[in-house]
Amino acid sequence: MKFARGRRLVALLIALALAGTAAWFLWPSDPPVRGTELTIPVLDGPAGDQRVNLDATYFPPAGGGKGPAVLLAHGFGGSKTSVRAEAVRLAGEGYAVLTWSARGFGRSGGEIALNSPDYEVKDVRQLIDWLARRPEVRLDAAGDPRVGIAGGSYGGAIALMTAAYDARVDAIVPQITWYDLADALFPNAAGGGPEGGVFKRMWAGLFFSRGAPDTGGERGAAALGALTTPQGQRALTGREVACGRFLPEICDIYQTVAERGEATPEAVERLRQSSPISVQGRIKTPTLLIQGLHDSLFPLEHADANARAIAATGAPVQVAWFDGGHDGGDGEIDWLHERTIAWFDHWLKRDGGAGIPGSAFEVSRDGGRDPGTRRRVLLHAESARYPGLGGTERRTVPLTGPEQRVANPPGGSPSSISSVPGFGELLGNLNSSITMPGQSASFDSAPLTAPLEITGNATVTVRVRAEGRPDAQDGEDAGEAGDAEAPREVTLFARLEDVAGDTQPAVLPNGLVAPVKVAVPESGTADVTIRLPAIDHRFDVGHRLRLTLTTTDLGYAGPDAPSVSAISLASPGLTVPVAATLRTPATGPDAWTWALPLGAVVIALVLVLTGRRRASDDVDPELADVPLRITGLTKAYRNGEKAVDDLSFTVERGQVLGLLGPNGAGKTTTMRMLMGLIHPDAGEIRIFGRRVTPGAPVLSRLGSFVEGPGFLPHLTGRANLELYWRATGRPAEDAHMEEALEIAALGAALDRAVRTYSQGMRQRLAIAQAMLGLPDLLVLDEPTNGLDPPQIREMRQVLIRYAERGRTVIVSSHLLAEVEQTCDHVVVMHRGRLVTTGTVRDLLDRAAASNGGPRRLEDVFLTLIDQTANGAGDPAGIGDIKIGERA
Amino acid sequence: MTADTAPATASGYSPGRTLPLSVEIVRQFRRRRTMVMFTLLLALPWVLVIAFSLGAGSNAPQNSLRLSDLATESALNFAAFALSVSASFLLVVAVALFCGDTVASEASWSSLRYLLASPVPRDRLLRQKLIVAFGYAAAAVVSLPLMALLAGTVAFGWNDITIPGTGEVIPAATVLPRFGIVIGYALVSQLVVASLAFLLSTMTDSPLGAVGGAVGLVIVCNILQAVETLGALREFLPTYWNTAWLDALAPELDWSGMIKGASVSVTYSVILLALAFRRFRRKDIVS
Repeated sequence: MKFARGRRLVALLIALALAGTAAWFLWPSDPPVRGTELTIPVLDGPAGDQRVNLDATYFPPAGGGKGPAVLLAHGFGGSKTSVRAEAVRLAGEGYAVLTWSARGFGRSGGEIALNSPDYEVKDVRQLIDWLARRPEVRLDAAGDPRVGIAGGSYGGAIALMTAAYDARVDAIVPQITWYDLADALFPNAAGGGPEGGVFKRMWAGLFFSRGAPDTGGERGAAALGALTTPQGQRALTGREVACGRFLPEICDIYQTVAERGEATPEAVERLRQSSPISVQGRIKTPTLLIQGLHDSLFPLEHADANARAIAATGAPVQVAWFDGGHDGGDGEIDWLHERTIAWFDHWLKRDGGAGIPGSAFEVSRDGGRDPGTRRRVLLHAESARYPGLGGTERRTVPLTGPEQRVANPPGGSPSSISSVPGFGELLGNLNSSITMPGQSASFDSAPLTAPLEITGNATVTVRVRAEGRPDAQDGEDAGEAGDAEAPREVTLFARLEDVAGDTQPAVLPNGLVAPVKVAVPESGTADVTIRLPAIDHRFDVGHRLRLTLTTTDLGYAGPDAPSVSAISLASPGLTVPVAATLRTPATGPDAWTWALPLGAVVIALVLVLTGRRRASDDVDPELADVPLRITGLTKAYRNGEKAVDDLSFTVERGQVLGLLGPNGAGKTTTMRMLMGLIHPDAGEIRIFGRRVTPGAPVLSRLGSFVEGPGFLPHLTGRANLELYWRATGRPAEDAHMEEALEIAALGAALDRAVRTYSQGMRQRLAIAQAMLGLPDLLVLDEPTNGLDPPQIREMRQVLIRYAERGRTVIVSSHLLAEVEQTCDHVVVMHRGRLVTTGTVRDLLDRAAASNGGPRRLEDVFLTLIDQTANGAGDPAGIGDIKIGERA
Repeated sequence: MTADTAPATASGYSPGRTLPLSVEIVRQFRRRRTMVMFTLLLALPWVLVIAFSLGAGSNAPQNSLRLSDLATESALNFAAFALSVSASFLLVVAVALFCGDTVASEASWSSLRYLLASPVPRDRLLRQKLIVAFGYAAAAVVSLPLMALLAGTVAFGWNDITIPGTGEVIPAATVLPRFGIVIGYALVSQLVVASLAFLLSTMTDSPLGAVGGAVGLVIVCNILQAVETLGALREFLPTYWNTAWLDALAPELDWSGMIKGASVSVTYSVILLALAFRRFRRKDIVS
């Protein structure tokens, strides 16, 4: 029965699991988004007369109807396919999405003009015209679709540039893009603009070269990859080899600056035409600027400049720094999507207004590792106001360090490494950086006494003294070298490092360096204030801040000529910005960590309390002096066959009762019920008037030996009895241990482990255990099994003596002779039913009287069970007795 | 009531005094498997010490920051290593043994029925057995790292601990409470195994079945844990957080993993134990 219930439970669980799986598969999924491949011809060029075919894919809003449009632009080196996944997601949210390969990329025609107002911007404006003609696109006015633009890097710049040139654009989400391309490629952290900047050689090379490795355009964020030629296998001309699909004039400019390693005015002019810096004050579109913390190509300063320029027009701007960028990082694809959708939903679907989603400023921060997956967790600290790169407050951290000489190696090699452009993801986020010995000067702060979270640009002023060529002796020959040409340009790369201890390498936050070019009078000094890279980094207690200046960096062009400079601190303070308004959302443990155990406790209480059986103080005072009365006792096997069937009999005080029956008669089952080990299906057992239930206290007046001994085999016989008695919790003096041991008659074996005992020894020990405490009712199941004849005889005497003291003994047996010799009363059972009951003498007399036949109990017994068997209509009859199952 | 003529119980009997803990402790303690298991657990740290000294300097990678390579740095490092290598299996077996064996072995010896008929009330029998079995299991879990601390101190000295992963060195005195957390968490994380073994112990007459069943659960869970596609579902596997105690040795003490682990562990354990009591109370003892 219990098993049946267990099976039902298992079946129920399986059914539930199957139903869940089916629901999982059959659950209606979002309507599929299908894109239409098309070619959109556009006219561009300075005169608007150059025809170019743009390869595009249009995704109408999922679910039909009209929706706002989104132009999804790809990154440099990518194509419309690089943003397909995001386009499908946006279309699934009800937007009409148009992706296209920019001119010069993918299957589109034309040449790359670097988001020039004359080319790419004109192209995109005509895409907006095209969108305005689509029936699925919601219009603000005739020819003016409700449209947003999103894209990363190259695609982010076109979003900004288009927004500047086309007022129809309603919202933009430019990601990891530039404000001033000239400054991005020729940065100078000392100020002074790109003309005096340090050439970001490696990034520029990757940007312009078509031999650049593909860094995975699917990311969208880091889509700087190989340029593809539509010509396929055709042999390329020299021009094509050199310039790829660049517009010739851009190619020429690049080749000039790359060769010289510095920016020409024409180059700066041309690059700025392709940059938002040239359209300051013209972008009036709600803008969500997302910039990567891991970005040495377009660092955070670019987003900052864009944000300030757009905010100046009064347009709503939000800035978010995420864990991504051209150097890798997490990428946060889902977060990017959610943030973009929220921005577009507000400005495109809900017509703007109050309740702009998100915060003015958001920064992804390290939230440790997820304890389960061991993956990094990112938290998004938010601030209601964008503090800029100067922070909401500035603090000064004193630095110390003597003047140190640094050498620029001839040819600029070997060089220090801060990050490896294009390979950011290969190196991972190790924050490992390499500085070459002799090429760097370091200035340390004292270990921090409180954590310091820098958000923005730290600044420091250093003094640079030119010392001439390294072959000159120390600094003494500075004067001698002074006859050389006048001010010398010293290139330095400033890093702000996090030093945890002496044993660990310094950590360079996000692998960012600030390149500086400073003109130093020969044999003189120059003070230069360096704007260190914008970072968001927490310096922990006990860590030190270290300013390191190196003469080389792998990613940048430096002077080839060897030189030595001496660097010292012009002012000892490092000024650091702190964004006090940034709040990281509190992350408590998940709700389930509390809910689960509480729920479990409730379930457990229900399980335990409902399983409780009624407390038994069921007393029948009439029977208080009757050792045992069994009434209507029934117990069925699991298969329904009754082991004990409506059994009733009474045992009076002082009796030695034989429970007689063949194997399988239900004797043992009855005794188990008597001991409270198994639950009767019906009927009841009362010992001294108290109903027997499992563990009923009245059982303490019962001594039992049923179905073999049960001892701890590793303990001695004596220890077994002693521990058994102590387990009853009764006083040791009540045990009558010596009498019991006498009955066991084990002698010296008493102190041996029980596992060494013979069957008979265990049997005697078990009977002794049953007699411990001299119980008022003693129940013995086949007590003479395994005993030799003298022991059997002795056991009989023991039992008879035991009953003489007013106690009651019940002996079950299938050995008739034993019952005949030991018992005065007998209960005969067969197949679970009571056959007869009475004194042994009566039984014998009755049998003799009825047919004058058998005088021996055995014959009576056989007659009796034969009648029962026939009465029950069992043709097998007596033959079953010997092979019948044990109850 | 006719209590004067027929007492309800034998003299001196009181259900609340049956099967005292001391008796159950003695009954279990003298068993060979108890002795063997404790001997094994207490000897293991010394075996490891010998193993480390035999292999010293052979191929230890320089500046490696793995737990195993740092084991010889200090007693605490060594103890953490000893715990990490034994927690996933040896301690599981030990815990499963003490908790799975306790009722099932009585059933297999038939001594259970005599205890129940003596009578020890079923709830009380189970409660006393639970306390003693969990006590032995806890002693087993605690004895290994403590002996490892002793062995490590003797062999490698009471040095400051070197943190795995970062290589930071933290004074031993400050880590000692953390080590207490580690042991405490190791105990909590074994609760599921202990409770399952205990539940199985009440359901079967075969001690090995109960022990094997609980160990089997751990093995199955470890396998499921390796299925990455299960994602966050794996967090609810009872063994998923068993190594969360490593967070207590990180430079920044991180409770989140251990809280989750403790939560999952307690959840399963409470329900399994409730089932054990419910089942045992209604069970027909036929062994």
